[in-house]
Amino acid sequence: MEPSASDDEVQNLQHRRDPYVNKKTVAAALSTVALAASLSACSSGEAATESASTTSCTNKIVHADAPKVSVWAWYPNMAKVVDNFNNSHTDVQVCWTVAGQGAPEYAKFQTAIQAGKGAPDVIMLEADQLTGFELQNALVDLSPYGAADVKKNFSDGSWKDVSQGGSVYAIPVDGGPMAMIYRKDVLDKYGIKPPTTWAEYETAAQKVKDAGGPAFGDLGSNVPAALTALMAQKGAVPFTYDLADQKKISIQLDSQPAKDVLNYWAGLVKKGLVGTQDQFTTDYISGMVGGKYATYVSAAWAPGYLTGSGVGKGKEKGTFAVAALPQWDASNPVSVNWGGSTFAVTSQAGDKKLAAEVAKGLYADDASLTDGWKTQTIFPLNQNVLRSAAFINNRVDFFSGQTANKDIYIPAENSYKGFSYSPFTVYYYAQLQAETVKINSGKVTGDEAASELQNTMVNYAKSQGFTVN
Amino acid sequence: MAVHGSTVTPLPQDSPQELPARPEQVDSKRAPRIQTVMARRARKGWLFIAPFGLVFVAFLLAPLAYALYLSLFTKGLATGTRFSGLENYFHAFSDPQFLKGVGFVVRFSLVLIPVQMAVSLAAALVLDHLTTRLAKFSRLMIFLPYAVPAVIGALMWGFLYSPSFGPMQQVFSLFHASAPFLLSQDNVFYGLLNVVTWQWAGYYMIIVYAALQGIDPSLYEAAKIDGASTWQVAFRIKVPMVSSALVLILIFALIGTLQFFSEPQILGPVANGSITPDFTPNIYAFNLAFGYAQFNYASAISFSLGIIVFIAVYAFMFATRKKGSTLS
Repeated sequence: MEPSASDDEVQNLQHRRDPYVNKKTVAAALSTVALAASLSACSSGEAATESASTTSCTNKIVHADAPKVSVWAWYPNMAKVVDNFNNSHTDVQVCWTVAGQGAPEYAKFQTAIQAGKGAPDVIMLEADQLTGFELQNALVDLSPYGAADVKKNFSDGSWKDVSQGGSVYAIPVDGGPMAMIYRKDVLDKYGIKPPTTWAEYETAAQKVKDAGGPAFGDLGSNVPAALTALMAQKGAVPFTYDLADQKKISIQLDSQPAKDVLNYWAGLVKKGLVGTQDQFTTDYISGMVGGKYATYVSAAWAPGYLTGSGVGKGKEKGTFAVAALPQWDASNPVSVNWGGSTFAVTSQAGDKKLAAEVAKGLYADDASLTDGWKTQTIFPLNQNVLRSAAFINNRVDFFSGQTANKDIYIPAENSYKGFSYSPFTVYYYAQLQAETVKINSGKVTGDEAASELQNTMVNYAKSQGFTVN
Repeated sequence: MAVHGSTVTPLPQDSPQELPARPEQVDSKRAPRIQTVMARRARKGWLFIAPFGLVFVAFLLAPLAYALYLSLFTKGLATGTRFSGLENYFHAFSDPQFLKGVGFVVRFSLVLIPVQMAVSLAAALVLDHLTTRLAKFSRLMIFLPYAVPAVIGALMWGFLYSPSFGPMQQVFSLFHASAPFLLSQDNVFYGLLNVVTWQWAGYYMIIVYAALQGIDPSLYEAAKIDGASTWQVAFRIKVPMVSSALVLILIFALIGTLQFFSEPQILGPVANGSITPDFTPNIYAFNLAFGYAQFNYASAISFSLGIIVFIAVYAFMFATRKKGSTLS
């Protein structure tokens, strides 16, 4: 290419044929104009989608005249939920998009906050993410928009998770009361009753191992939220933070209860009693199907997830059951929560009142909630569902007809007291994950992991301008 | 470019008699006219560059300038934004997480680049020597991994490495052993080394192969007459003759490796946590910006990495400027 072009140059200069040159100039000018036009066409197209992020919806708009509210959410049955909402509302319509599940969505939201535009009106956020976004003024306080109207639908613990003082930053939808899912066939084979305390859990694990059985559980490094919940169960309060006093945070990751829990799991790993496989991976799921793990300490939404991945089907059908989460002190049981999501209104919402209506009404109707809990993709927090006979007496197929809601999950949810999250959950989880990897490879003890975690988090908080005490 | 080329090519045939009018031979009377033409052409040149220039400024220079601007400020979650000058850069070069990532990519390049070059050079030399149909087929096959998008390739290796599904596990289980997990904390270095070599060796092989094809065959003939063996021809003639191509691929590989991102990012979720959010400088910058909302510090990290890449490449080109004189 290069040589021929320079040849042309020389020839052109030699000939000095002005008509030709003019023609070329015109051609060049035309092509430039054409390109500029196409470029500006592109940018004007972008501008159009930007100013009204409600133009490309995943769902069908039923009432075209009604104002639209854009929503980001990733519930598996969201299509039905949105249709239910749009069919029953003539004054407002939801325009729904999946912007990723969890972390990818938060990354997009974070970018939109930084850019000052591009966020949806209403966004699905897990409860542990709220404080961080509240601190960045990315969420709207819903108390002036009638949040109190729906407060009666929720337990105190779940309402506390979405509130800061008198402000309410999201409307809860589902929760994740934790319990112990177990393989009946494995436990029966080794003559073990479901453990009720963590001491029994370890003894049972040892017994299974001595008899040549599979791992009793799993400490996946990629479920820091679950590990944090287990620390909270022993009484750890990793973070104390109040938006009213934005710059002050208390970090207690090396408290005795936190150390105890990390030491306990590090001990199980060291003795080879539990696996160290990351969860939600194909390898983990195949292990669940193959009976490689006798128990799965997990939340109420887990069965739906496992069913969706093909666990508990075919010849595995009827092998699973659920028991209450093992306790540290059987006489003083503590319930903890892992996961669960909410709908929040972003501060970029055009019509905040309308957006608040959507946050309150979306996934709050009977049809949607029933669909959610029947498929076990959500554990609803709405008390109307939790008190309904159908929900209470439901015989869960995955647990071979066990009345799991009545026996396990509803009591766990009702005794949940709420949790105080830090404003830098993503960073904290990344550090806890790194420490878990070290524990799993035997590089640190639980004590060491706790102190490293404490130091890292205190330094980080300070570098972000917080006063740590 | 297409318009330009097609309209100009017929010209040499229709007016060869004007050829003597070269600018340097032009007498003083005609000089001003030439200058006008050149000036006009200079304007026209800008016009041609304009479409590219526009895109270049909008999508490369402007973002770079914006990132540089961002990197001069500091914003904590609990504090507002303030101008901090080069503070972020001082912080970056004393940040153990950043330095750990830099250390990893430097170690990785030190091992990867020689391996990659050896593989691609060996493949190119063999393919250059053989002229069978098998050689043509092999050439395509060796090049094929480069045609697989990096993300797809990484996903595929994630499956191949899987301790429960991977074929390695099945082979090992024949001998009642369990295969090593190549993405575990201790093995992830080699696991990634394998993926990247697989992905890029074919591409570098083609570059070296093209350079080999450009060597004048009479050199081989002369060597044969002087009694050189095939090995001697390969190492005394072919390798020195393609040294500039080797320098080129080394620079490509160096830049690519220091900016290592896609493969570890894709393999992260199946690596049981051994690929951390600060695994390489680029992954660290990505997580800082989009995970931890630290756009200012992430910009500084990106620029710091840019500086390191620039210094590494410059130092290397400086060191090889005589030996690889055909480079420029």
